[in-house]
Amino acid sequence: MKQSTTLEILVGLFVAIGLAALFVLAMKVSNITALNDENGYEITANFENVGGLKVRSPVSVSGVRIGRVSDIHYDIERFEAVVTLKIGRDYRLPTDTSASIFTSGLLGEQYISLEPGGSEENLQDGDRLKLTQSALVMEQIIGRVLFNKASEGVEK
Amino acid sequence: MSQDGEQQSLVEIRGLRFVRGTRAIFDGLDIDIARGKVTAIMGPSGTGKTTLLKLIGGQLRPTAGTVTVDGQNVHRLRRGGLYSLRKRMGMLFQSGALLTDLSVYDNVAFPLREHTDLPEVMVRDLVLMKLQAVGLRGARDLMPSELSGGMARRIALARAIALDPMMIMYDEPFTGLDPISKAAIVELIDTLNEALGLTSIVVSHDVQETAAISDYIYVLAEGKVVGQGTPDELRASPSEWVRQFMQGLPDGPVPYHYPATDYAEDLLAGNG
Amino acid sequence: MNALARLGRTGLAFFERLGRGHVFLAQMLYGLPSMLLRPRLVVQQIYSVGVLSLLIIAVSGLFVGMVLGLQGYNTLSDFGAAESLGVMVALTLVRELGPVVAALLYGGRAGSALTAEIGLMKATEQLSGMEMMAVDPVRRVIVPRFLAGMIVMPLLAAIFSAIGVYGGYFVGVGLLGVDEGAFWSQMQANVDLHEDILNGVIKSVVFGVVVTWIAVFEGYDCVPTSEGVSRATTRTVVHSALAVLGLDFVLTALMFGDV
Repeated sequence: MKQSTTLEILVGLFVAIGLAALFVLAMKVSNITALNDENGYEITANFENVGGLKVRSPVSVSGVRIGRVSDIHYDIERFEAVVTLKIGRDYRLPTDTSASIFTSGLLGEQYISLEPGGSEENLQDGDRLKLTQSALVMEQIIGRVLFNKASEGVEK
Repeated sequence: MSQDGEQQSLVEIRGLRFVRGTRAIFDGLDIDIARGKVTAIMGPSGTGKTTLLKLIGGQLRPTAGTVTVDGQNVHRLRRGGLYSLRKRMGMLFQSGALLTDLSVYDNVAFPLREHTDLPEVMVRDLVLMKLQAVGLRGARDLMPSELSGGMARRIALARAIALDPMMIMYDEPFTGLDPISKAAIVELIDTLNEALGLTSIVVSHDVQETAAISDYIYVLAEGKVVGQGTPDELRASPSEWVRQFMQGLPDGPVPYHYPATDYAEDLLAGNG
Repeated sequence: MNALARLGRTGLAFFERLGRGHVFLAQMLYGLPSMLLRPRLVVQQIYSVGVLSLLIIAVSGLFVGMVLGLQGYNTLSDFGAAESLGVMVALTLVRELGPVVAALLYGGRAGSALTAEIGLMKATEQLSGMEMMAVDPVRRVIVPRFLAGMIVMPLLAAIFSAIGVYGGYFVGVGLLGVDEGAFWSQMQANVDLHEDILNGVIKSVVFGVVVTWIAVFEGYDCVPTSEGVSRATTRTVVHSALAVLGLDFVLTALMFGDV
């Protein structure tokens, strides 16, 4: 029991180091500063095809990340995919903003790129984006090219 | 059944049966431990003497029969009741069972710190008193690994009496000690019993030492009591069992040979 | 027939032991609140399972991070994606290697020591002696160690990962010349606090509970002889390693997979 103070100091030090490590992981390694889940508003967009888009995929404007995809589901009445986007509170977007699904790099992940329009009014929580462009699916592109080639061949 | 009236028995064991695996270690045991006396339970090794102490302390459950300590049926008690009963029992293990990560002082202080809210000053006084009683006050700063077997057992005894129990169970207190340490333990058991008004149960197979201090002796063999009485009565006992044990004869009712087939047959079988 | 009977006996013994282990776990959990009154006991155990494991965890974390930096660089640079080194190192550590390797090392360093210590206490009748002193050995000896393991494991895993990230940084940026800005910014853009770091912490808590549980149970349940203790110690290391790797798969599937 004589060395109990030393022991306590060492344990305190150990716990402090452990918490510091967690802090480093949170602050330095992860994107805690980028976006806070709680702050923001949600808008929806309908797509014919979302391709490889996933929940948590980034949402960006002019290449700046301003939010993320929070939900993807299928609308059984309109036969379309409904994607919910969570946008950071500080980012205002006009009502006629359009959304497209792009791929970052050749093999990279897919993300939603927003293109702001010229409207005076801003999108509110729960609004729906009307202008959307679906993801490019590789097979469709290849199929279209082959079809064009084939039809060219017939014309000749 | 016992040499005293029912009321004076601190521990009453009735029809105790305990089975481990397929072997019945006790089969219909009846024992009374008188208050304020030293009662010895003797028998050859392997007769389950330690098991008996564990049954009295409620660490094991009997297959049948009852153990009553101070009017309470040990195995009917709930946890809380059992624990408060155990606070009034001390047990001295063969190995001492000192906590190896604590010093001698902290070992003796252990039950006081666990069960009381006494200020540290009082704990210190009590610990030093108990250590003085076993003559090892000077060893308080040693660790258990630095103690000899006899010293460890005396420290364990100091710890067992730390809470001033009503009885102490000694598990083979003399085994593996040199004659001087043995004499010291014999002396301690005797004086503690006198001075503190304790009831002592000594489990042992050391006939000489045990007979010297005990008031009453039970001899166990094959799960039963085969003899009982004061040391003098037992020495004069006509029972073959008791005589073999008390006089230390190699052969008798406890056979010298482990049960086997006929010797000659066994030898011849190898030639076939 | 004999072989069949033996199989049956082994199976029964296995399930009996499993049952005992779970009863024991319940006992420990039941005793956890009592530790609020005796924080000193826990502090002492955090010292012996945590502080004493710190060195091996830190050194291993550094080397694992450095190896990841080296190997990752070699592979990624083939695809012209060396800037993603930070992401790769960080995700590998935070999601997998941090919790898993830290738990394996913890099992070998602290788990085996716990088993041996408790087993020896049992063999020398110290646990039995406590019981006779009306002190519950589960609460006095086992629960503080269990709780300490639960607290220590996530901290050790975090230390392992954090040091590992810096090890990867040292090799990648310092030695191999990956751009420093890209290393950190790519990492921060792709490592998610919730998804990756929190899940890693959850993993390490689970591993801490399971490894410590195995260690204290093996000690408490061992055959109280020197041979029994040494066997129990071996079993702790083997079983805890298997449990960590198996559970890691299950947890990974639950957390990151679409299963």
